[in-house]
Amino acid sequence: MASHRGEAKLIAGGQSLMPMLNFRLLDPALLVDISRLPDLAQITASGRGITVGAGVCHHALMRSPELAERLPIINHTMQYVAHMAIRNRGTIGGSLAHGDPAAELPLLAVLLDADIHITGPAGDRTARAEDFFLAPLTTDLSEDEILTAVTFPNLAAGSGWGFEEIARRTGDFALAGAGAVLTLHHGVIADVRLAMMGVDETPRRLPAIEAMLLGRAWDAGVRASAVRQVREQVNPMSDLQASADYRRHLAGVVAGRALDTAWAKGHMP
Amino acid sequence: MIRKRPITLTVNGSTYARDIEPRRLLTDFLREDLGLTGTHVGCEHGVCGACTVLLDGNSARACLCLAVQADGRDVTTVEGMGEIGALSLLQEKFRKHHALQCGFCTPGMLATAHEILNDAAPLTDAEIREALSGNLCRCTGYEHIVRAVSEALSERLGGAATGSAPNAG
Ligand SMILES: Cc1cc2nc3c(=O)[nH]c(=O)nc-3n(C[C@H](O)[C@H](O)[C@H](O)COP(=O)(O)OP(=O)(O)OC[C@H]3O[C@@H](n4cnc5c(N)ncnc54)[C@H](O)[C@@H]3O)c2cc1C
Ligand code: FES
Ligand code: FES
Repeated sequence: MASHRGEAKLIAGGQSLMPMLNFRLLDPALLVDISRLPDLAQITASGRGITVGAGVCHHALMRSPELAERLPIINHTMQYVAHMAIRNRGTIGGSLAHGDPAAELPLLAVLLDADIHITGPAGDRTARAEDFFLAPLTTDLSEDEILTAVTFPNLAAGSGWGFEEIARRTGDFALAGAGAVLTLHHGVIADVRLAMMGVDETPRRLPAIEAMLLGRAWDAGVRASAVRQVREQVNPMSDLQASADYRRHLAGVVAGRALDTAWAKGHMP
Repeated sequence: MIRKRPITLTVNGSTYARDIEPRRLLTDFLREDLGLTGTHVGCEHGVCGACTVLLDGNSARACLCLAVQADGRDVTTVEGMGEIGALSLLQEKFRKHHALQCGFCTPGMLATAHEILNDAAPLTDAEIREALSGNLCRCTGYEHIVRAVSEALSERLGGAATGSAPNAG
């Protein structure tokens, strides 16, 4: 990589890179295939959370028993990513490094406060997911760095979670998506996180709405005001798939539903 | 001229060793270098599913895979799934239920359906539709494909596999 500065690209599953090569959008002089590095293919549980190697494919995330036990929101959400054949090859490292604003794994990383582990000539470093995504298809990774793993911290005991998206067809990139995680104390929201995808330049949290929900019960009035505020706070773009207004509307729909599910699950024993 | 790389891989049970340019797609390698034109190419960006093959038994888009990445691996294309007079279970069901018309999508459909059968989990018709959602068909309206896969899956789960090719479903 170092000898081909600016001309080299890593290839993992190839499920985002190969379409770009086939369209001649990119023409790297050197491709470095990292898809067979065994160290990148591990899922390990520790006291703090679950660390997933960059080379773990979407299918393995969907089926992972470690995640099912502690972070089932990840298993659940992976079913929305593309199709079986693409999930067999596409990796978490590739999805995060690619940084599509409507992709599920970047949203999960931001929602779940993941740490992104990176190695380069200057050594190892860790980026917070919130700081990692800079613009559409642009991340904090520099050309000579490799994303090695992602750590998802455990959720607090009794957390409720929800993920919702709306896409034109099964497996398509979503027009809008939302993830929510919350805990309850004495029937009100004690802690909550809400993140959106597909309706901004990058996946992002909505801290003002999170703050508004604290100490409240998720009743019809709170729901209506949260949905309204989501629509005020997102900045969707118009494209061939949908207008900005329609995406703004959907943002409220999916955020409301994700919080409905999280609230209901938060009440389960 | 890009330096060629040696690769050795198994396709439908036969081993092939070739020197190829690293930029060669698996689809082009199969179709042009090996003459296996059963693997179709629709979109070349992962959307249509026509090029789906089995790579080490799992479905994969051949148009999103470089042939050098298949070095040392086992590829199954539609040519390895059965033949005239000895159709695989899935091919038999596709035939019975009229699950193909022009046949363009069929090789990819079969590869995806093979993975469904290999997973050997009972699926509802809605779940079968979801599993097949990455394969586009412009002719059949999908209904007959779902019927074919559903019947093959129940036979497979019931242990009544018939006429199935050895390295396929
Ligand atoms: C038809 C289709 C539908 C899809 N639908 C969805 C969808 O609904 N949701 C979704 O999220 N995704 C979707 N995808 C994209 C898919 O999830 C990709 O697998 C994923 O975005 C990229 O992972 P990859 O391993 O294939 O990366 P690659 O394509 O190999 O690489 C992508 C980029 O990341 C870089 N890279 C890869 N690994 C690393 C690493 N470890 N460190 C640093 N850089 C790295 C590469 O250099 C490249 O720039 C779809 C893809 C297709 C073809
Ligand atoms: S040709 Fe590969 S998916 Fe369309
Ligand atoms: S049979 Fe013609 S595309 Fe499916």
